[in-house]
Amino acid sequence: MTDTTPLMVLAVFLASAVRYSMPLLVGTLGETVTERSGHLNLGVEGMMLMGGAAGFVTAIRTDSLVLSLLAAMGGAIAGALFYAVLTVTFRANQVVTGLALTLFGAGVANTVGKGAVHASTPPHIQAFFAWQPLRPDLSAIESVPVLGPAAVFLRTVLLEYNIYVYMAVLLAVVLSLLLHRTRLGLHLRVVGENPASADASGIRVAATRYGAILVGGALCGLAGLYLPLVHNGTWVENITGGRGWIVVALVIFVRWSPLRAMLGALLFGALEIIGFKLQGFPQLAGNPLFSQYIIGMYPYIITVIVLVANSARKKGGWRGPGALGLPYFREER
Amino acid sequence: MGGPVPSAECPAIEMAGICKSFGHVRANHNVGFSVRSGEIHALLGENGSGKSTLMNILSGIYLPDAGSVAVRGRHVAFRSPRDAIAIGIGMVHQHFKLVESMTAMENIVAGTGRGLRLDRQQARERIRAFSRRFEMGLDPDKRVHDMSVGEKQTVEILKVLYRGADILVLDEPTAVLTPQEIGRLFGILRLMRQEGHSVIFISHKLNEVMSLCDRVTVLRRGETVGTVAVADCTTSRLVEMMVGRVVDLSIDRPRVQSSGLCLSVRNLSVRDEEGIRKLDDVSFDLHHGEILGVAGLAGSGQKELCETIAGLQAAEGGRIAFHGNDILGRSPRDIIRLGISMSFIPEDRLGMGLVAGMDIADNVMLKDYAFRPGLFLDRTAARKKAREIVSRLSIDTPGIFHPVRKLSGGNIQKVILGREIDLNPKLLITAYAVRGLDIHSSYTIYRLLNDQKVKGVAVLYIGEDLDVLLELCDRILVLFNGRVTGIVDARSSTKERIGLMMTGETPRAEGWQVPLPVPPLPASNACPVADRLLSPDSDRTMPAGPDGKGGGPC
Amino acid sequence: MLRIARKEDMTGLRAVGVRIAAVLLALLASGLLILAMGYDPREVVRVMWSGMRTLKALASMIRIAIPLAMAALAVSIAFTMKFWNIGAEGQILMGAFAATAISSVLPEGTPGALRILLMALAGLAGGALWALPPALFRAAFRTNETLLTLMFNYIAIRWVEYLRCQLWKDPAAMGFPQIAPIPESAHLPQLLGVHIGWILVLVLAFLQWVFLRRTKKGFEVRVVGESEKTARYAGMTVGRVLLFGVLLSGALAGLTGMVKLNGTAFVLAERLAGGDGFTAIIIAWLSNLSAPVILVVAFLFAAMKQGAGWMEGLAGIPSALADTVQGLILFFALGSEFFIRYRIILESRHRTERKEAHP
Repeated sequence: MTDTTPLMVLAVFLASAVRYSMPLLVGTLGETVTERSGHLNLGVEGMMLMGGAAGFVTAIRTDSLVLSLLAAMGGAIAGALFYAVLTVTFRANQVVTGLALTLFGAGVANTVGKGAVHASTPPHIQAFFAWQPLRPDLSAIESVPVLGPAAVFLRTVLLEYNIYVYMAVLLAVVLSLLLHRTRLGLHLRVVGENPASADASGIRVAATRYGAILVGGALCGLAGLYLPLVHNGTWVENITGGRGWIVVALVIFVRWSPLRAMLGALLFGALEIIGFKLQGFPQLAGNPLFSQYIIGMYPYIITVIVLVANSARKKGGWRGPGALGLPYFREER
Repeated sequence: MGGPVPSAECPAIEMAGICKSFGHVRANHNVGFSVRSGEIHALLGENGSGKSTLMNILSGIYLPDAGSVAVRGRHVAFRSPRDAIAIGIGMVHQHFKLVESMTAMENIVAGTGRGLRLDRQQARERIRAFSRRFEMGLDPDKRVHDMSVGEKQTVEILKVLYRGADILVLDEPTAVLTPQEIGRLFGILRLMRQEGHSVIFISHKLNEVMSLCDRVTVLRRGETVGTVAVADCTTSRLVEMMVGRVVDLSIDRPRVQSSGLCLSVRNLSVRDEEGIRKLDDVSFDLHHGEILGVAGLAGSGQKELCETIAGLQAAEGGRIAFHGNDILGRSPRDIIRLGISMSFIPEDRLGMGLVAGMDIADNVMLKDYAFRPGLFLDRTAARKKAREIVSRLSIDTPGIFHPVRKLSGGNIQKVILGREIDLNPKLLITAYAVRGLDIHSSYTIYRLLNDQKVKGVAVLYIGEDLDVLLELCDRILVLFNGRVTGIVDARSSTKERIGLMMTGETPRAEGWQVPLPVPPLPASNACPVADRLLSPDSDRTMPAGPDGKGGGPC
Repeated sequence: MLRIARKEDMTGLRAVGVRIAAVLLALLASGLLILAMGYDPREVVRVMWSGMRTLKALASMIRIAIPLAMAALAVSIAFTMKFWNIGAEGQILMGAFAATAISSVLPEGTPGALRILLMALAGLAGGALWALPPALFRAAFRTNETLLTLMFNYIAIRWVEYLRCQLWKDPAAMGFPQIAPIPESAHLPQLLGVHIGWILVLVLAFLQWVFLRRTKKGFEVRVVGESEKTARYAGMTVGRVLLFGVLLSGALAGLTGMVKLNGTAFVLAERLAGGDGFTAIIIAWLSNLSAPVILVVAFLFAAMKQGAGWMEGLAGIPSALADTVQGLILFFALGSEFFIRYRIILESRHRTERKEAHP
């Protein structure tokens, strides 16, 4: 292995940060879509678990990747549908409903996943996610000084990923374009900023919100599926381990932008692994700031700082969807 | 009735038998309303006469309980604003429904067109074309939060036109505009009429209706009074239709021997949170036994004036002295602690004057609960006081434990007034005290205010109806854009003059009492002797309680 | 065609009826869901019931209900102000952390009663301090307190995890990452088979009710919750009332942590709160923030949890199934509020069409 040069250590670290960031990124994209419509869905953790369990159990039962993906989306959408019906149609409190969804989702997922605890990802699906479609063969220039290591570095950082990673990045770009360049995105943003305005403009507020919540749910399901199917290769109880809450934090941290979500997820993903990577450095052992548990706090602390800074700014600037968390009822008087 | 439609030309809008209730409130009852193509049709009525409800039904926001709507002869049943827009009806709401963080273009385009693609360039061009055609001068890429009120309204109008509407409903469009902006708006509306659009103009301002509109439909208490052509109609006839009788707006105005200075305001300047100047160098005096009216277009600084005096808003500069004591910059509770008994009846009754979800007894405690000794609330006293107020002001309620939210507007206002008067104030500030009330309740309020005046209370009356201001008040202060354009004697003044001053013109000669510059205040906080004599208990911390004894200082 | 209008408040009895109907529907749906997951609902009911009917089980349920009810009382104070404190989980942990910290510095011979008292005070302080920053930021900048308190939960969890695995790792635990348990003298005394936390809960519920309904400060809390503008108008300093209420809410949650620590857990770990802070939010909400109702609802939640614990051991049914059922009941209960607050008007197409025929 040539992984011992400092450059390669960095490259491998960055690459694994990217891999760790995947469930966070996809979940964040989903929650961003939902929150852009004005709905704060705190049930991300529950939806990720539902999607993960449904998708993984389907994968080991049917041996089919396509069915597994559909099941992951379907499972999470089922959870999101509860949330949508309650908060959009029945105008229930969004925070409480989101918490209920987390409880419900964890319950369903851990019940369903019970049978899959000792199972592992079917081999051909494993192989599919081991496939690195963009990895070039550099054996010809690998030994060239300077150029060779530089090329290998870039390849490790950018091109040695499975298809899930590239699809996620593509998704972020597509969502960003959709949000800012299309009619659909404009409508979604208007609904999230000011539903009364949307209503008066002839935009279907409820339908748009349903759509955003369900799409958000589907993405959370795919994010949840990554953990058992790709990352762990097996199911364990509460496999998301709080990542759903990191997603809620991330959406704020990246200020509801799909493009910034990539950077934010990468940072939080890096923080997730940096903790135990640093265990290898005995000179840092006594320093609590570099303890993996303290590093585990950083995403939340950073989010708190962003939240406070965001609200403390005097004027101008956008502070998130204007109607976030508020129900809308046209005939209210 | 029934039968075929006789005329070859169908009316643009034909509404018949419209009924709509909110809870127990009957907002529209059997209303009929018809608008021709190519006319500007005024919908006139007092506050609460059902104008907005009718128009919200026409634009698909409310669904009627009964009745039919026909557009160009075809019956329609709107289920949402979408349906109304599709058929060419667009509403410009009084409270703008715009997304502040987006540009004019984004606001206008949202909700139109099909498919995913958003052709910004084409949209921009279309908006510019409309803007040129109706001489609006709008920049499609300006963000709404950077716009003036007039510009925002233009965006709302363009939004409606962009959707191909040829029937426009404007809900009290001039309430928030400056005179120049009103002129521009009328120009735009006349251009639209020329192009064959129908415009429905909701208003309660007669002069605007007379100068702009072709026909008028008058509503009163949720019912149609009639439709007349402006050409063969007079202002007084319209007033009569609005109010329901040949109006004798005679309000009592007892003469009270003025008994000394109560409040002096000098060079008061206030900016709002956005840094926009709301009050600019305002100075005036208010005496005991006097009602000083404040007139001005909506948003001329009335709200800031009241709230600054009441200690709810910080000022940039100036002085406010109550019996010679500086009170500027003190919180409402500090003001009470100083022994200053001032009552403020705010414009937003349920949102500021009362706690909507609590009952009458709880609301009665709101102002003086803190001055009772101990940790606990004195609920027995509050209940007793609530019963007293209910019976004295004949408030119509199932009981004192009834949430105030469920009372009618007039009774809600009586609860606040009852509570505030019970505090035995020396100064009473009322903001739009009769807004939304029917004539009967309004007169009750006028009577109560006059009672206070006779008792020697200084009353600051923020009003919007010039006739009432002229009849009720002793003097009238006119605000324009946060500045005092003059203070006139209500007994010898006319509506026209005040109207002019409200649009920024300062009257020069002709014996108008323009008391500017006002003499400066003495620098110290010392109470003038006269005040001590006149208000022997002004240094008490508490107003008299219901048992007649003053509460102790706390 | 359907349309929806706000309803004048429903009478108490009918509202209760709607809620009961919702719970019954939820149980029916749960049965179907359990069936769909391949288990026999009757078996689930039988096993759960067998776990509830003994006196010992009752004591255990009460032990579970104590922290749930206390935390629900805590959050309902903040909720009354429309301050959405969802940080009870973290406040519970920080309360327990502060109690552990105090206990660890007290000399070994400290009398139990004194130790418990000091730990309780520390718990109150710990919870209140952990609620302070979100309250300050909300008061100063109107920062969204829902998200802030949520983040603070996870910071607290990581903090206790750090204590357990590194800073306070008990050398006596033979390499097992664990904090030293609190001394036995600090265990809460038992009364009628349950630690005295149950008396504390009853007292707190009463005090909380008195506070909100009868005291001047409580009145201010309620007014601020209804309308900040009115509160300012009435001379209240909204920021100060907000701070006071949130600190009280946090302090109660912190005390909950101490009671859990000294009553049942005896050792600090990040699992100590165990989701009680979140469940408490749901309990407070379903109880309409009313203290007496909170006691009842907390007990029902505890019963469910108790029954669920038995399923796994007795019938091999995953205990997570109980979370599912709880979630479903919640969904239905949340949905039922709608039918209490609004009425749905069925408008027949028929009528509209008839009108169109005869203009």
